[in-house]
Amino acid sequence: MSEVMQDNSVQDAQELGTNPGDPLPQLSGHVSHGRFERVLRAGQFAVTTEIAPPDSADPEEVLRRASLFDGYVDAINATDGSGAHCHMSSLAVCAILTRAGYSPILQISCRDRNRIAIQGDTLGAAALGVCNALCLSGDDVGAGDHPEAKPVFDLDSISLTQTLKVLRDESRFLSGRKLDLAPKLFIGSSINPFVPPIHNRVDQLAKKIEAGAEYIQSQYCFDMDILKEFMKRAVDMGLTEKSYILIGAGVLPSAKTAKWMRENVPGVHIPDAIIKRLEGADKPQREGRKICTEIMQQLKETAGVSGVHLMAYRQEKWVGDIVKKSGVLDGRTPWAPKNLKIELGT
Amino acid sequence: MYRFRQWSVKHSRFMEGLYNFVNPAILVTLRGVTKVFGKKLDKPIIAAEAGLKGLLFDCQMCGNCALSKTGMSCPMNCPKTLRNGPCGGVRANGMCEVKPEMQCVWVAAWDGASRMKGGEAIKSIEHAVDHRDKGTSTWLKLAREEKTDV
Ligand code: SF4
Repeated sequence: MSEVMQDNSVQDAQELGTNPGDPLPQLSGHVSHGRFERVLRAGQFAVTTEIAPPDSADPEEVLRRASLFDGYVDAINATDGSGAHCHMSSLAVCAILTRAGYSPILQISCRDRNRIAIQGDTLGAAALGVCNALCLSGDDVGAGDHPEAKPVFDLDSISLTQTLKVLRDESRFLSGRKLDLAPKLFIGSSINPFVPPIHNRVDQLAKKIEAGAEYIQSQYCFDMDILKEFMKRAVDMGLTEKSYILIGAGVLPSAKTAKWMRENVPGVHIPDAIIKRLEGADKPQREGRKICTEIMQQLKETAGVSGVHLMAYRQEKWVGDIVKKSGVLDGRTPWAPKNLKIELGT
Repeated sequence: MYRFRQWSVKHSRFMEGLYNFVNPAILVTLRGVTKVFGKKLDKPIIAAEAGLKGLLFDCQMCGNCALSKTGMSCPMNCPKTLRNGPCGGVRANGMCEVKPEMQCVWVAAWDGASRMKGGEAIKSIEHAVDHRDKGTSTWLKLAREEKTDV
């Protein structure tokens, strides 16, 4: 092996530890010891994606699904019963991914657990090495496969964000009881600029940031006009100085699916122009990926946008290709377990 | 009732004035009443608050009243009981994700707040609700709190 490569390996090992699952040292000014926070604070344009948690108790399946993204994403969101469907828990998915060295984002929804369960899980996640959390309200139980379940909603996404901040910064539970060790989490929340009350969505963003959201991931963006207006106001209000904003991008496989999604998936806004483009295309799947690539490129050029959150449900195998074609990483290769060449002492 | 509730939001400015005018009177009266009767009249007072606020706002008697900060649209009518703004599922026509026949309470709230003098209060963060207060009177709570304050 060449001299240079060995140098890199030594540097990697110093920076990242020899075991990919080991925590990194926490840099000054950082709230977590995670890699995702490092990428954003370094001013790099970040790419995140979503893993579909398996309907299985098999950890290998989680790793297999995550490996599709190797070298293309900076963090992987583990959904928490998204669409109110039952799957492997987001905490477990995050623990498995963390051990392998990935940077997962623990999605926490308010639908299924009250403040006692959520605070306990948050400590547990941090104990297992998880560095990032994303606070969500959660979908309605009626949207899922257990519509007869009891919706909890003890907290909402903003009081949840506040709760995580109290755990981390004040080292106590909401009750006031002290923690021996606070969870070092990079705290995020979500926004949807594309649905009513559209004019007030930026106020909602401000509220989330005030509550403690250090980064934001948005719902799918298929409408650049609405997004540009939203971002312009966010920049004017100084919000992009206080929080990293990642905008959602999606891959539509066909006009039919796109129409179905906008009718049936809450919060998804797809303009007619996009549907027409898919309808008129010879190869709609390829066109869907092209649309996604173009939107990612436009997002990169939009002031105040710090990254994209690529949601490619059932299209996960295309994530690498889309990210590559979009060029948003500027040739950067996000860290992934197999990129770590530990050849010390050889 | 949904129609009355919508009327209250549409006339949020008037309701705000009415509230600012009537509320001190109610509190003064209640302070006097509780001084004389202690807790004996709590039940009818709670029933009166539930009846009046129920009629005007579909009040759910959460005991943590936030109407003045939510454009006179009661957040406890949100199927997810969100108290800090709308979820991401609001329909394109402003109707609720969960109950398509109802306007999203937060679309109504922002609309109501836009007409209120103290409308900016909608931007402040509400702490998580104290579920022990469910079914109790916010009026009595305020009357008794003020009493201990003095
Ligand atoms: S659409 Fe509005 S009323 Fe319905 S659940 Fe969401 S926030 Fe609540």
